[in-house]
Amino acid sequence: MAPLLQVEDLKTHFHLRDGVVKAVDGITFHVDKGETVGIVGESGSGKSITSLSIMRLVPEPGRIVHGRILFGANGQPKDVVKMTDEEIRDFRGSDVSMIFQDPMTSLNPVLRIGFQVREAMSAHDRFSDEQSKSRVVPLLKKVRIPGAADRTKAFPHQFSGGMRQRVMIAMGLSNEPSLLIADEPTTALDVTVQAQIIELLRDLNREMGTAIILITHNLAVVASICTRVIVMYAGRIVEEGYTRDIFKNPQHPYTWSLLRSMPRLDAARHSKLLTISGLPPDMSNPPPGCKFHPRCRFRVDRCLEEEPPLGEVGPNQFARCWVLMRNALVTQPEKAAAAEVPIPPLTAEPAQIDQRSEPDRPGAVKA
Amino acid sequence: MTLETSPEVESRVVDKQLALVSVEDVTKHFPIGAGLLGGGSAVRAVDGVSFEVRAGETLGLVGESGCGKSTLGRVIAQLHPATSGKVIFQGQDLVPMRGEKLRRMRQELQMIFQDPYASLNPRMTVGEIIGEPLKNFGLARGKERSNRVHEVMRTCGLNPNFLNRYPHEFSGGQRQRIGIARALVLNPTFIVADEPISALDVSIQAQIVNLMEDLQNRFKLTYLFIAHDLSVVRHLSDRVAVMYLGKIMEIADSHSIYENPLHPYTKALLSSIPIPDPDLEAKRQPILLQGEIPSPVNPPSGCRFHTRCPIAQFPICSEQVPPLESKVDGHLAACHFAGQL
Repeated sequence: MAPLLQVEDLKTHFHLRDGVVKAVDGITFHVDKGETVGIVGESGSGKSITSLSIMRLVPEPGRIVHGRILFGANGQPKDVVKMTDEEIRDFRGSDVSMIFQDPMTSLNPVLRIGFQVREAMSAHDRFSDEQSKSRVVPLLKKVRIPGAADRTKAFPHQFSGGMRQRVMIAMGLSNEPSLLIADEPTTALDVTVQAQIIELLRDLNREMGTAIILITHNLAVVASICTRVIVMYAGRIVEEGYTRDIFKNPQHPYTWSLLRSMPRLDAARHSKLLTISGLPPDMSNPPPGCKFHPRCRFRVDRCLEEEPPLGEVGPNQFARCWVLMRNALVTQPEKAAAAEVPIPPLTAEPAQIDQRSEPDRPGAVKA
Repeated sequence: MTLETSPEVESRVVDKQLALVSVEDVTKHFPIGAGLLGGGSAVRAVDGVSFEVRAGETLGLVGESGCGKSTLGRVIAQLHPATSGKVIFQGQDLVPMRGEKLRRMRQELQMIFQDPYASLNPRMTVGEIIGEPLKNFGLARGKERSNRVHEVMRTCGLNPNFLNRYPHEFSGGQRQRIGIARALVLNPTFIVADEPISALDVSIQAQIVNLMEDLQNRFKLTYLFIAHDLSVVRHLSDRVAVMYLGKIMEIADSHSIYENPLHPYTKALLSSIPIPDPDLEAKRQPILLQGEIPSPVNPPSGCRFHTRCPIAQFPICSEQVPPLESKVDGHLAACHFAGQL
């Protein structure tokens, strides 16, 4: 089966007076129908520019300079990069829609909620005016807004942050897109509300079969909802694979370190967190060779000069590294040990869970 | 003499049974809407809170936005005057203190802020920012001052050669180090850290967390660590207090609060946090709370949590305010049905 979305060697560059910032520099990935894929990275890693490129919403002076973005599972996929303005307007919101981090700035403060949800549908041809009107309340119900019928008359400021994000999701899903891109959808929300929104996204993925690309810096959120993960660093994909493989058996030192640098709720107080020294690279002047080498504790000479390719390191797992963690743990055990922080399991259970292969989450379409 | 070997640090006691700061029935109300016709109501940001911070410990203060945790931190640091109650620090009540006397106390009691972009004066160099507290308190001048600034910068992982640079030349993590250096330069006993890492990138957060732990050990510091990220709080804290709508719901040592939460709110809060492990995630059953935090202008009667509580029983929960009391050895919870969820 052809994937729903196929991004091929995408390069999005920003031409500035002082040079070129290669925000996204040659990434290739796909999203299958109904799948949930997480794109993880720090600020500046290119994860948001990737999603904006898919929507063709890259801000000036950014340009998609190379690559293809093929969309459409059945028949002929269309290249988003080559679409005319007319086509792209039709594509956005109807085939793919996007929700953003800050639900306050994404809603118009002077228009009623019901009107804004209906407007999202009138902008496209999928539903007639009558249909659009009758769909508003069911949509708001679907995203679990209590008293949906009464609240269509409310203004955004009368809604809390979590409720506004639900409205955004309702608008995003109003035209029944086959792909929803959620850019840090829970970052601005409290944990209890974050849990509600994650649960909602998971249910919608299951009920409506909408594929989701979740862009986040929070690995824990990815573990809770995504079947596959793409880890980005300095405009590149550094590791990609099924969530379980990436979390249990990361091969890129960046992924490995990131997982060990986060305090975990299920770990007791312990001495030190692993730190990734230094800072993410200045993208107008990235280091030669592997972009992560200045911060990598396992680097070898080759890393300084030659950039590694994204190679297959296991079934459906890819990493961009000359060393790979499975080798580093053998050849440089002292460095790995120095970095390793014991995570003592406190609860009795965790130790024995889990011989299951793939989390059988909704939308787990196997490649 | 370095800061680390100073008599102040030498004489500092670390006794995790001894109260360094006692907060007694503190309230902070922000009046709103008081007009010509009088009346008007108030945002009851902090509404009758009592606890203590013990010498040398880290007390984590957690809660959702709007629960009053930052306001409480600022009231303790005397950046907001308390509406009522006492904040006893080193045997003296800070609340009625004014002027020079209070200013002197501030030497011992410093604050680190959340936003490293907004909390540094963009027109001052790093050297000036870190040296300013010394100048204000007339503690060191000339060569001595610059030596102290150099030392503190090194301690906080900043290169002293950057003394003459401006904040905009630094990354978020480095700015937070500047903010920490500024708090540390006066050699305080107690530091209130209000969300010091939540504005930073994941790979940088660990650097700051480790720095704060390191400083605590070297200078025998006591921290009130305010955060919404319960994973970080667990990593750093000896004890944890959970706040909801201006009141403390539960307070206990870190281990018992995370392993055996007694208050249904704490339990729900902990269950909502995703764990970076897909297998554990597949098993996690979040207790989804209905709705969101009510308005602190008009908080619910009785237990403030009863409107969202999965085990509330009526009428007791909507009528009687449960006291914050010891349930099992030193584990305090404010709930009529503690431990029953």
